[in-house]
Amino acid sequence: MASHQRSPAIKGAKVLMVGAGGIGCELLKTLALSGFEDIHIIDMDTIEVSNLNRQFLFRQSHVGQSKAKVARDAVLRFRPHISITSYHANVKDPDFNVDFFKQFNVVLNGLDNLDARRHVNRLCLASDVPLVESGTTGFLGQVTVHVKGKTECYECQPKPTPKTYPVCTITSTPSKFVHCIVWSKDLLFAKLFGDKNQENDLNVRSSDAASSSQQAEDVFERQNDEGIEEYARRIYDHVFGYNIEDALSNEETWKNRNRPKPLYSRDVFPEEPSQQNGNMDKNCATDDPLSVSAMASLGLKNPQDIWSLLENSRIFLEALKLFFGKREKEIGNLSFDKDDQLAVEFVTAAANIRAASFGIPLHSLFEAKGIAGNIVHAVATTNAVIAGLIVIEAIKVLQSDANNYRMTYCLEHPSRKMLLMPVEPFEPNKSCYVCSETPLLLEVNTHRSKLRDFVEKIVKAKLGMNFPLIMYGPALLYEVGDDLDEDMAANYAANLEKVLSELPSPVTGGTMLTVEDLQQEFTCNINIKHREEFDEEKEPDGMLLSGWTQAPRVEKDDNKTVGNGGSSTSNASSAMPVEAEEDDDIEIVPIGKKRKLGEISKATNPNLSDVADDDDVLVMLDGENLDVKKKKKLQ
Amino acid sequence: MDGEELTEQETALYDRQIRVWGVDAQRRLSKAHILVSGMKGTVVEFCKNIVLAGVGSLTLVDSREVTEEALSANFLIPPDENVYSGKTLAELCCDSLKDFNPMVRVSVEKGDISSFGGDFYGRFDVVVISSCSFATKKLINEKCRKVSKRVAFYTVDCRDSCGEIYVDLQNYTYSKKKLDETDECQLQYPSFEEAVAIPWRALPRKVTKLYLAMRVIERFEEAEGRNPGEISIADLPGVLKLKKELCDAQSFNESHVPDALLERLVSDTSEFPPVCAILGGILGQVPALNPLLMQTHFHF
Repeated sequence: MASHQRSPAIKGAKVLMVGAGGIGCELLKTLALSGFEDIHIIDMDTIEVSNLNRQFLFRQSHVGQSKAKVARDAVLRFRPHISITSYHANVKDPDFNVDFFKQFNVVLNGLDNLDARRHVNRLCLASDVPLVESGTTGFLGQVTVHVKGKTECYECQPKPTPKTYPVCTITSTPSKFVHCIVWSKDLLFAKLFGDKNQENDLNVRSSDAASSSQQAEDVFERQNDEGIEEYARRIYDHVFGYNIEDALSNEETWKNRNRPKPLYSRDVFPEEPSQQNGNMDKNCATDDPLSVSAMASLGLKNPQDIWSLLENSRIFLEALKLFFGKREKEIGNLSFDKDDQLAVEFVTAAANIRAASFGIPLHSLFEAKGIAGNIVHAVATTNAVIAGLIVIEAIKVLQSDANNYRMTYCLEHPSRKMLLMPVEPFEPNKSCYVCSETPLLLEVNTHRSKLRDFVEKIVKAKLGMNFPLIMYGPALLYEVGDDLDEDMAANYAANLEKVLSELPSPVTGGTMLTVEDLQQEFTCNINIKHREEFDEEKEPDGMLLSGWTQAPRVEKDDNKTVGNGGSSTSNASSAMPVEAEEDDDIEIVPIGKKRKLGEISKATNPNLSDVADDDDVLVMLDGENLDVKKKKKLQ
Repeated sequence: MDGEELTEQETALYDRQIRVWGVDAQRRLSKAHILVSGMKGTVVEFCKNIVLAGVGSLTLVDSREVTEEALSANFLIPPDENVYSGKTLAELCCDSLKDFNPMVRVSVEKGDISSFGGDFYGRFDVVVISSCSFATKKLINEKCRKVSKRVAFYTVDCRDSCGEIYVDLQNYTYSKKKLDETDECQLQYPSFEEAVAIPWRALPRKVTKLYLAMRVIERFEEAEGRNPGEISIADLPGVLKLKKELCDAQSFNESHVPDALLERLVSDTSEFPPVCAILGGILGQVPALNPLLMQTHFHF
């Protein structure tokens, strides 16, 4: 056995793994082979078919079971005498508190969303346990080391937040396919099949932000005696025909833009409605609602094909009919699920028809599904490489080999002949509000904004706290908890509805609030500055938080927006584009460059001084022996 | 598998990786036939990766019996004598690998890798060998080069936490997109014999010490008639002496091949699992047609 495997630091180490997915499977296997004997692993997910191309500890027969548990069983088969404890749970559960984290020598993350990563970062800081972070997307990957007091914490550098789009772009002036997807998924699908009580911007005019009228509401309701086909066509005509004409009536909007074309079913479909019926029989045989499919019904087999406007329109009508015909009970409760074939078909078709109307290129179901479902492309090899690097860093941490900690970036294209680029970690960011406890500044109209707005939009959304406690000096303004006294709970509920300046302890300009999350053991001080006016477009929340590290957005305008899928991001963190978008320039958020935003990634332009010297492990490519001949240029 | 279109089953299983390299690449993968010899840690990682990726077939060669060392970096073999007794490494790995992806044909070829003829190698698109002597590597490389269709040839060796991959794609054509135009480039790889014969002085300065150290050890094992990896700290004086001789013969400065590195490589010849994962991962990307990994050597 190799000498390192006999190392007491490894044998006696207690390791926590968060995540048993792509990185997790590879990591658990490598840890076990490397001589680790006490591993704990947390994962809340169950196994899906699409996991099997890389999460090799799982088999087809395991679909539906807990990832953490199955991973554990699989590894014990080749290392029966080590201890692996699995938790089928969410790492944000209160059970995983500071005391829980304190029992470990190192924490290894293999997560796929920013929220959980921030949460774990705070717990590691609070319990003073080193954290090795990682992420992968396709062929890209990275491993970073975070040790309290010695290196940056995970939040010292800005991380890209999920992309969101201005409301008017989605409702009136789409210019990219993703805008059509967001419209189709979050507006149309939600309106037709989701909760009727939810606010929906579907009929908002480009020039007028007022919400839809009573009449518009009725348009989407199916009338009692209306046939399904009739209803479907009416909806089609309304959203692709009438709404477009309505938007066109506002000349101002289209002065500098291409005008969309209204589309009506009578023009798109050459035949009479009665000849349009797909083969419903193909869908009758099955009882399983999830296997009902408009594609099957219409004989369109290949998800990689880009359908014509006519085909998309047929799918649109057929899908609508199938929802009402076969899945009526679910209507009113449905939310989009990327694994719901019929939902994906509907959203694809609707997005494509809208795209056709606005002159945007159409996309295949395969591509649309990836965008709508925020699917992260992934392969086994990158995860294997990253897992190997994680273990190497973990061992350095356990041996307190601080001089040799490295952040390693796995590049897609070799740079300076290196495929894996190691970089020394940076010192903690002195203005990081998480690990350096720097106070933040909040500009707000204290006479207009309520405590509820502050809690939801600032404390939870921006600061990532789950169970906040808010104090002004000694006064407790708000807290969350199971064991609250009835009176106190009522008091807090009342406080939420009050504007800041009218709270029992009035919060006005010049005051300082203390916000805490007891589970994360994270405290943050926020200085309040009163401001009367806020720009409705740029600052729709009516509050501006500064002094914290906010990731630069790719789009220039910061309009309040409709997002494409909310909180989950790809596996990767700072260096990776968040969503797979074909048209946008991928802006790589700087990593490894001290606290400067908006620069080009170090991965492509490393500073010589920061790259580890020859003695370090790195992958070198030697191509000098090759004889490179450039042949004719292809036209 | 059969026919041109991917089946529904394949599309569902390979969805996430098709989003990385596209449907065409996936189809080409499914037609690729891979031969692998020497079932140690790094090679096992490579096999796992390509089976998951969905290659057409994988043939394993390794008639050695199970030893403790073989088990140390191999997660395919359960450490249960009842299971592994009487079976070769190739057979045991084959059983496990089949499980990872029922759509890939995994099989075992019995016999000594150096005894197979040219027509045997012609059955494959990619050949990966490990745990072989210098002479064997040379021999198999020559056989692969003699086959009329192109057979990609790789060797991989991992000692302690160092590793080396050697690549020979013979003549390799690819297109490089630049702004408005597309250049068609052709790379001509040297054979294994040619590559190692390059005088060290002629190598660019940036070539790693690991490359040179591996060459010294390779020669030593060859000269002493040892099996690959059959070396220990007791051999260090002999190795250092050989290093001096080789450097002197080429008028090459000895200090470019650090003694400390050689010491490390002879003391611990077993593989370090994280490095197996890294090398196996990088190697696994090559059949996946990542067009930029086209150099002759990788070192870690």
